[in-house]
Amino acid sequence: MPGEVDREELRRMVEAGAQLVEVLPEEEYAEDHLPRAISLPLRRLDDEASTTLDRNRPVIVYCWDSA
Amino acid sequence: MSPRAAWRLESLGFGDVYEYRGGKLDWMAAGLPTEGTNAKRPRVGRLADTDVPTCRLDDRLGDVRDRTRKQGWDAAVVINSERVVFGLLRAMELDLQADHQVSQAMRPGPSTFRPYVLADEVATYLHDHELENVVITTSDGRLVGLLRKENVSR
Repeated sequence: MPGEVDREELRRMVEAGAQLVEVLPEEEYAEDHLPRAISLPLRRLDDEASTTLDRNRPVIVYCWDSA
Repeated sequence: MSPRAAWRLESLGFGDVYEYRGGKLDWMAAGLPTEGTNAKRPRVGRLADTDVPTCRLDDRLGDVRDRTRKQGWDAAVVINSERVVFGLLRAMELDLQADHQVSQAMRPGPSTFRPYVLADEVATYLHDHELENVVITTSDGRLVGLLRKENVSR
């Protein structure tokens, strides 16, 4: 079951090497994204997760809010 | 969207997956920096006057008016001890009967904007609604400052 992190945990984990992934459409990532986040829109997740992300490091995903 | 992404990653064999539920809104509402094409455009959180006069619900209107005008202002924000915004006193309300309590005179529940909103968007809102100012709050309703039309007009 995926875990949940808050802002402070996110900062600590990214600092420690976690991968931060914005799953919103690319245009929204281009306008504004969190520092060190990469763009991997939900609709491309199935095809690209395995090549884009490292399975050996934690992954944190986010969108606008939890909706 | 992010809960689905987190679960899908797990199903794809990623073992250590987390979701930041607050998301971009929470990050920006905290005034933290972002990157991207909008990152350098001015946002209202930085343009708002944080020294706007404030008062409490049970203050006497005449006292608030005197204090506010003495500081060179024509508006005061009504807050509680946690700085949560309850109302706004604009020039018109400040000029009501001095013996009123603030709670009787204020405009309750004023429109508010979050600090990360782009200045251009609020400038348009102020223009369209013929307003002189608008209150900027955090997502939990706490006062950041008052954004005046002249702060965003070019």
